[in-house]
Amino acid sequence: MHAIRQTLARVYAGAFIFYMLIPLVIMSAAAFNDNKTPSIVPWKGFTWKWFSALWADDRMWHAFQNTIFVAIAVSLISVIIGTAAAILINSVSGNLRAVLYSTMISTILIPGAVIGISTMIMWTKMGNALDTEFILFKPGLHLSVLGQVSYIASIVMLLVLARLQSFDQGLEEAALDLGATHAQVMKRILLPHLYPAIGAGAAVAFFQSIENFNVTQFTRGGADTLTVYVFSKVRSGITPTINALALLLIGVTLLLAVLYEIKRRRSANIEAAREAEARRAAALEEAII
Amino acid sequence: MGNMIRRYGTSLTLLICLLTAFWLVMLVIVPNITLLESSFRPYLPVTEIGGPKDVYTAANYMKVFNGAIEISPFGFSFQIPVHVLTFSLTIFYSVIVTLICFALAYPLAYFMAKILHPRSLPTMFLLLFVPLWVSEVLRAFAWWIILALKGPLSWILMQLHLIDHEVRWIVGYNGVMIGLVYTYVLFMIFPVFNAISSLDSNQIEAAEDLGAPWWRIHWRIVLPHAKPGIASGAVMVFMLSAGSLLVPSILGSTTSQWFTQTVQQWMLDALDWNTAAAYAFILLLMCTLFVSLVMRVFRVKLSDIAN
Amino acid sequence: MSAGIDLQNVSCDFGNFRAVDNATVAIKPGEFFSFLGPSGCGKTTILRMISGFIEPTAGTIKIGDKDMKGQRPNQRPTALIFQNLALFPLMSIWENISFGLEVRGVDKATRRAKAQALLEMVDLPGAADKMVSQLSGGQKQRVAIARALAVEPAVMLLDEPLSALDLKLRQHMRAELRAIQKRTGVTFIYITHDQGEALAMSDRVGVMSQGRIQQVANPRDIYNNPVNGFVASFVGENNIFTGTVTNPAGGMAGFDTAFGMFRARLGEQAKSGNIKLYVRPEHTILSETAAAENAVPVTVSEVSFEGAFIAVHGKTASGQTIVAEVRNDGSATVPEIGAARFAHFNAAHASILPDTTAVA
Repeated sequence: MHAIRQTLARVYAGAFIFYMLIPLVIMSAAAFNDNKTPSIVPWKGFTWKWFSALWADDRMWHAFQNTIFVAIAVSLISVIIGTAAAILINSVSGNLRAVLYSTMISTILIPGAVIGISTMIMWTKMGNALDTEFILFKPGLHLSVLGQVSYIASIVMLLVLARLQSFDQGLEEAALDLGATHAQVMKRILLPHLYPAIGAGAAVAFFQSIENFNVTQFTRGGADTLTVYVFSKVRSGITPTINALALLLIGVTLLLAVLYEIKRRRSANIEAAREAEARRAAALEEAII
Repeated sequence: MGNMIRRYGTSLTLLICLLTAFWLVMLVIVPNITLLESSFRPYLPVTEIGGPKDVYTAANYMKVFNGAIEISPFGFSFQIPVHVLTFSLTIFYSVIVTLICFALAYPLAYFMAKILHPRSLPTMFLLLFVPLWVSEVLRAFAWWIILALKGPLSWILMQLHLIDHEVRWIVGYNGVMIGLVYTYVLFMIFPVFNAISSLDSNQIEAAEDLGAPWWRIHWRIVLPHAKPGIASGAVMVFMLSAGSLLVPSILGSTTSQWFTQTVQQWMLDALDWNTAAAYAFILLLMCTLFVSLVMRVFRVKLSDIAN
Repeated sequence: MSAGIDLQNVSCDFGNFRAVDNATVAIKPGEFFSFLGPSGCGKTTILRMISGFIEPTAGTIKIGDKDMKGQRPNQRPTALIFQNLALFPLMSIWENISFGLEVRGVDKATRRAKAQALLEMVDLPGAADKMVSQLSGGQKQRVAIARALAVEPAVMLLDEPLSALDLKLRQHMRAELRAIQKRTGVTFIYITHDQGEALAMSDRVGVMSQGRIQQVANPRDIYNNPVNGFVASFVGENNIFTGTVTNPAGGMAGFDTAFGMFRARLGEQAKSGNIKLYVRPEHTILSETAAAENAVPVTVSEVSFEGAFIAVHGKTASGQTIVAEVRNDGSATVPEIGAARFAHFNAAHASILPDTTAVA
């Protein structure tokens, strides 16, 4: 009976993975089908032409550029703000901490549409109130950046905060005691400890930004990002160029994922070797004394 | 604060506080206050803004009750304002999506936490993460291909002689639900997996040893332990579903309307930002209510949900 | 260039709690000085005030005649060795050691050479490019010492640095720390709750309890001439008798107890209050016949073999247990359980002291 349930669980897990991956496979395969509507049936023969069409699609490349700019800006600002916020949360306690923390994580739960509209209204109203034509107060991708940062910073904050909790405050004191200034402590001791979380935060922020639609849709003005562009394409006549694009994006993310995993395993191996050496040294020490 | 100054010095502390303040004040609190303020202002031509007609009014909120249509569920027919209907259906289908996600995710999360060999976990995660990294619009698009009238789903079912003519899958809210479940089920799996992982396997074995049948073990031991994870997953899936704009736009049928789409129409088509603000505020209020409800039912704190 | 440290009437409050109460002590340059006391006695607070992490509520701290008021940790000529060592895990060993020089802007070649020299001094010549996680507990200990020495501090502050090591290694490191201190001549201030550690390593020991420095003296005097009951009990075992002082004269006094009149040295602080007589088990002798003075009849109730010595427990008629320690050198005879004996002690080895453990 136990064995049957285990087998059932395995079959279910397999089916689930199939369910998760098959849409992506179908979408990718459709990129090679010589058929005007993106699909794998009916199969009208293998072709590369959607990739060349993609190459020639200027609007797409422009949207792609915008997306990358926005994503870089969002991850840069989110990392700075999120790290600062995590350090702040980690150093305060009591009611202040509870209020700050709740406000920060509530931003993750606010619907993107609400963030988009509120950001748009506030900055344009502020522009009207100041009676200025300055670009910051007009709709555009810079407002998308600010809107996205408002919740992505929170994700970074959570990642950095988790890492901070494993930080030994004694290291800061040791550095201060050895004569380091506060800035040196930050640069040489605290930030290096946080780098893995900051790096992960930057990556998550980057991907969150790339795939953001709701905030961008309400703040972008006339500018396109990749997501907005694909969205508009799906609604108005679509060709398999989108599938070609999807395949490329999936390929890049897969590559990055695999690289990351390889790097993670390598550093885990190095750390394991070091610990083994420490154990040998301890054994030797015991023998000598 | 004294602790912070001692650890980081005055200038760094000031910088840290300023950065956090910029975020919380300029990007979160003030925008939402402005949203609320705007939602009570009338939609006026530019020349009349600040004029005598520019007074606070609840008119924007009242628009929800305009334009009644007749519906007849279970044979009872009655009149209901169209936006109220959209709002109710959005909540209803988001709840359904959340339930389906839980039903799909729980067995898998249990399998990953307690049956799968820990060595295989990274591979499993990698496989599950792939769709998560692919953007939402592409995941919705993938289902748009699959569910198309002459798409792969109809084709394979016809090959298997399970259906004899092509089926229109995207009718009513079907497409939206399929898309939302596929897109957000992962947000249920990870928190539930984390919660079940922290359960000591000895507890399960002890229950088995005492003769409990498998369903009772789940009901009395695993589920109660996984409660915070389930609450966290439910909140995430519900919020993402109710707030989704992409999936309902791409996989919606002619008869499906999502509340975010209504908000979008006010904002981008009617250009009536103040009414859009009022509708957005209703959406925000509903989400807040849902989160507090889940927190109360599951007796968990906001900080548990964020993990 | 080592420096002395002067604490003058130093107090430190945390809210309503007085962690350090009016501490005054002068530590000489080049001295190995230990603060000894149970956890919560205020010794770590004193260390953190000297290093600058805590400002005293009242009083002055001088290092080498310079008032440290307002000086931050990174401005003081002290180097602290932390209980958990606080080695920087993301830096190599030599970077750890030369960190204090790095933040002072010393160039890399000089830093590297200095780190190498220090590594040789602490007997770890090949470790420069290793990471912290590659070292054993004892090796980490040495790196922490080298790192503190690298900034050429006038004063080294050590916060129970040996507590994480196992017994054998701890004893080995004691000797090594002592040797390094003698070699460098730097003033060491050592914090510990282990009386054996404090007595074995220090030139002088300050025993602390409840925020107050109870006694400052060399280890011998701390053990042999404690000023009060707390010090006597914290650094060793005692047989304790209650009674009243009679006929004090010339540093000695009679002590009237339920077992008759005893005679012992009269402690300076034994003026009033709860006065008791303390005598160490190793100065308590069991014999078959009563001695001339300070004798109590007991029945042997337990004999426990401790290795280097044998502890014989005797019960008095009133039920009080008196312990006598007999050296396990083959010369002494160990009585049977139930045997009748007299426990007695030399008046010069017994002290009449105020019992400060009882009062808060």
